Order: sequence, then structure tokens, then C-alpha cells
Amino acid sequence: MSTPARSAPALRRIEPSAVGAVVFRELTLYRRYWRSTTFSSIVEPTIYLLAFGFGFGSLVAQVAGYDYVDFVGTGIVATAVLFSSAFPGMFGSFVKRTFQKTYDAVLAAPVDTEELVTAEALWIALRSGVYGAVPMLVAVGFGLQPSWGMLLVPPIGVLTGFGFAAFGIWVSGIVPSIDSFGYVISAVLTPLFLVAGTFFPINGLPGWAQSASLLNPLFHCVELVRGAVFGLELADLGHVLALVVFAAMMWLLAVRRLRSRLVL
Amino acid sequence: MTSQRTPEVAVDLGLSLRGVVKTFGALRAVDGLDLDVRSGTCLGLLGANGAGKSTTMRLLTAQAIADEGEIEVLGLPVPAQSKQARAQMGVVPQQDNLDIELTVRQNLEVFARLYRVPRAGRGEAVGRALEVAQLTGRADTKVDDLSGGMRRRLLIARALVHRPRLVLLDEPTVGLDPQVRQELWALVDALRSEGVTVLMSTHYIEEAERLADDVAIMHAGRVIARGTPTALVAEHVGSRVLEVYGPPARLLEVEQVGRATGLPTRRTGPAVAVLRAETSDVVADLLPDAVARPANLEDVFVLLTGEKVE
Repeated sequence: MSTPARSAPALRRIEPSAVGAVVFRELTLYRRYWRSTTFSSIVEPTIYLLAFGFGFGSLVAQVAGYDYVDFVGTGIVATAVLFSSAFPGMFGSFVKRTFQKTYDAVLAAPVDTEELVTAEALWIALRSGVYGAVPMLVAVGFGLQPSWGMLLVPPIGVLTGFGFAAFGIWVSGIVPSIDSFGYVISAVLTPLFLVAGTFFPINGLPGWAQSASLLNPLFHCVELVRGAVFGLELADLGHVLALVVFAAMMWLLAVRRLRSRLVL
Repeated sequence: MTSQRTPEVAVDLGLSLRGVVKTFGALRAVDGLDLDVRSGTCLGLLGANGAGKSTTMRLLTAQAIADEGEIEVLGLPVPAQSKQARAQMGVVPQQDNLDIELTVRQNLEVFARLYRVPRAGRGEAVGRALEVAQLTGRADTKVDDLSGGMRRRLLIARALVHRPRLVLLDEPTVGLDPQVRQELWALVDALRSEGVTVLMSTHYIEEAERLADDVAIMHAGRVIARGTPTALVAEHVGSRVLEVYGPPARLLEVEQVGRATGLPTRRTGPAVAVLRAETSDVVADLLPDAVARPANLEDVFVLLTGEKVE
């Protein structure tokens, strides 16, 4: 029988060359529009940092045992990571899937949905790892002490950013139109970043809200960044684990959702 | 199923679909489709909008999954080994999905990577694709600044960057000027002469007539006629057509003449065409105002798929 073996179903594996090719496309585009992306990803959290730092900082000197500039200068990393990962995940994927039909072109090549999603999330995550660290460096200018632990902040940003990029891709496969992202931003993302322990400590909240914040990936990101900058503890392993679980769950949801949208 | 293979499968097939069904809700977009394309030939898939051509194309790249039936592309079962198959095929989509922010060269570079052209061969592959698209001088122009014809040429060249063995063209010249269409025909013709297997969907009959070795007419999700353009014309509409232009009343009379002489007729806008006119000795005398012309594939198409577009 000369027919090729049809027994073994192809393993659903992730080929680095496929992921690399999709990332290469993003990188090529990024060389064109990096200015505007970088501007919005950095300026917005920096404004938050300055507003809260000066506004609150003049009222309270110490929060949860930290100088306020140290408190908010580390917490702001999570906000910057969120802005630079969830938004491109949502809007970018929606535009590429529905308007530009880029994803149709990619899937006609030897690239599968899981490779596409992995590449898109990975690229956004790498970017948000860098963008996330920038407001912290701004805070250094306002008195945050530099430390070697700050070198761990970009990898923490990448891990958190991967989860939120995948979240954005997942949501982009659910919403009926691009206007619907407004609901997600107002109802999901804004509460997440406001109640993550970035601007005020969680322990001032009611007990139920403190418990709920354990489900907030940004809370774990904030805690982990503070741990990295001011001294790691054993509990930080739990935060890493929480972020890994979040990233894995979002990746799975994004792959399943996008596949159902792209493969008819 | 392997044991039930019939001898015809022994022919070297670029692709084959057997009993394929694909439904979207209540719509049976592909409804028991049997289709195969021999290696190195060009098959024109002819059908009206909604006949199932684009769904068929998607099934071949596993961008749609069949509810029933078997699909093989370059000898590989799809969707099980679709990725291996996709690595050896090029796809020209109906809708232009080039990256308009990138230059011509950058678009090709991205696809050279997506199609796994080895690093050492990428520069050459991109250079060759630029030549195919006749855009070597425009390599560093943003796609947004290209004309419609240049974009289409690039879209085709992009699908050829890895020298595929099979190319799927989904309505390659839809919405283009006649001059541009002829340029693209030359491109497709060159592919065929290189031994590449081509499946081209179109609803331009002339396109199929010019480029395809074989034509399959698709209607309501299945193939209703298959053969070389010449054979299809001979089989379904004969060799000679008498066409009468006139007011509606005259057209009705002509249709009556057709019925009386047992010849099929079809309306073509302001005219009625009487098919198989060569088989009747009297019809020419009954229609002195008729203009004779050779039968063509369009006559076959309209006769088989109906005059009204749904």
C-alpha cells in the first residue's frame, strides 16, 4: 500500500519556527509603529504614578511599612504591564482577525492556532516586560532606591503580560464588535488594576474583598514586584505559581476560542 | 477505508475530496462533494456565488473541518496531517490580506519564514518572488502605495515564495481590469507549465476556458459537470448556437421555436440563444434573424446552473 501512514494523528505541538515566523511579522511591523505604541504604553502609567505619588504622597508618608513613592513606584509596574498587554491583545487580535484577515493568511501557511496564539501572546508579553519596568525607573528618579532585584521585574512583567495578552486574545474572540471592549475595560480591567494593591494596600479593604484579590493576577504581580525590589520571601513562590496558572488558563481559553473562530 | 480504494486512486492526485459534506447551521455549503485534481494539471472550479467554492478551498487548508467525507492533499490526509500538506501548498485568498503597512519585500520575507524557507535560501526565494510579481523595482514600496494590479501580483507571488507543489487560487482576478486579469493569467499559465498543480475557483468563464485543463462546474455544494472545456461544450450544448436579439415578444417566439424543434434555449439578457443548432436542419430557416456563433462554456454553465442567480 503506497498511501502515506494515516494512523498517527499529528501531535498538537508548538514548533519554534512557526512561533518565530509570527513573532518576526510582529517585529517587522513594530519597527514601523514603535513610537506610538511606546508612547501610550509608558506615558499613561507614568501619569498615574505622578498623580498618585504627588497627590497621595503629600497626605501619607508611609503605607504598609513603605515610603509612598516606594509603594506606588513598584505597584505601578502591574498597571503598566496590564495596559501594554491586555489592550494590544484585545484590539490587535480583533483587527487582525476580522478586518485585516491576517490570521486567515497565517493559518493557510503551516502554522496552527496554538502556535499563532502563543506567538502573539509571547510578543506582547516581551514588550510589556520592558514597558512595565519603565514607570518604576521613573520612580527611581523620584527617590525609589535602585536594587539588583529590579532585574527580576521584566521577567515578572513578561509572565504577567503573557496571561493578560492571552486574556485579550480570548476576549477578542468573544466580543461581537470592537465597541464591546468598552464593557470589558470598565467592568473587568479597571477594577483589577485599581484593587491590586498598587495605589493603596489591600488590607484596608473588607475581608471579602481581600479574599477576592487573591484571584486578581495583578495583585500577585504587585506583590512579586515588591518582593523582587525589597526582598523576596517564600510566599512569593505562591505569587509566581498564581501567575503561571493564570497564564496557562488564559492561553488555553484563547487557543480554544480563536480556533473556533478561525477554523469553521 | 484503505482497503476499499479503487484503482482510479492509483493516479497521482494533487488533491482529492470524497463525499465531503460541510454544513453551517441549516446551510449545506458543501453537499457530498467528489473532486480530484491530477498532479500537474489546472482545474477550474466554476460556480456562482454561494456554490461552495470558497468553503471547498477552506476545507483543503483545514481552515474548515468537514462534517463527513475524506480529503487528501498531496497524498496527506486532511485535517490529520494538514500542516505537512500546507507546507507544500500556496494559497491565494479571494480577499487581499497583505500587510499594507509593510513593504513588498517585507511581506515576502514574513511569508518565507511562515513557510519555513531555510535561512540560507530566504534571500533568493524573496528575490524570485519579486521577479514573479514583477515588483523588483518596487521592493521597498509600502503595499498601501501599490496599484490594485500590483497588489494582486504580490498576493500571488507571496503564495509561491516556497515553491509549492500545489496552489489554490480563490477567485484570483475578481474585480480587476481586463489588462490586469491578462497579466495574472500569464502568471497562472507559467505555474502550470512548471508542473505545479493548480485549483482555481472563478466565476469568470473565460478565465476557466483559458487556463484550466479541466473544468468542474459546482452548484449547491457539489460538482454537477466535469471535463475539459471542449468536451463539456460538446456534451451539453453542441457546437453551434443561434442567437436572436429582439423585443420580449420576439424572444418568446424564439423560445417556442426551440421547444418545437426540441432544442434547448437560454436567455442571455436581451437575446435568446438556441443551443445545439447544428442538430436541426430547420431551425436556421425558422429563425432568419438569428446570428450564429460557436457554443461556449458560458452556455454550458447557464444551462446547468440555471438562468437566475439565487
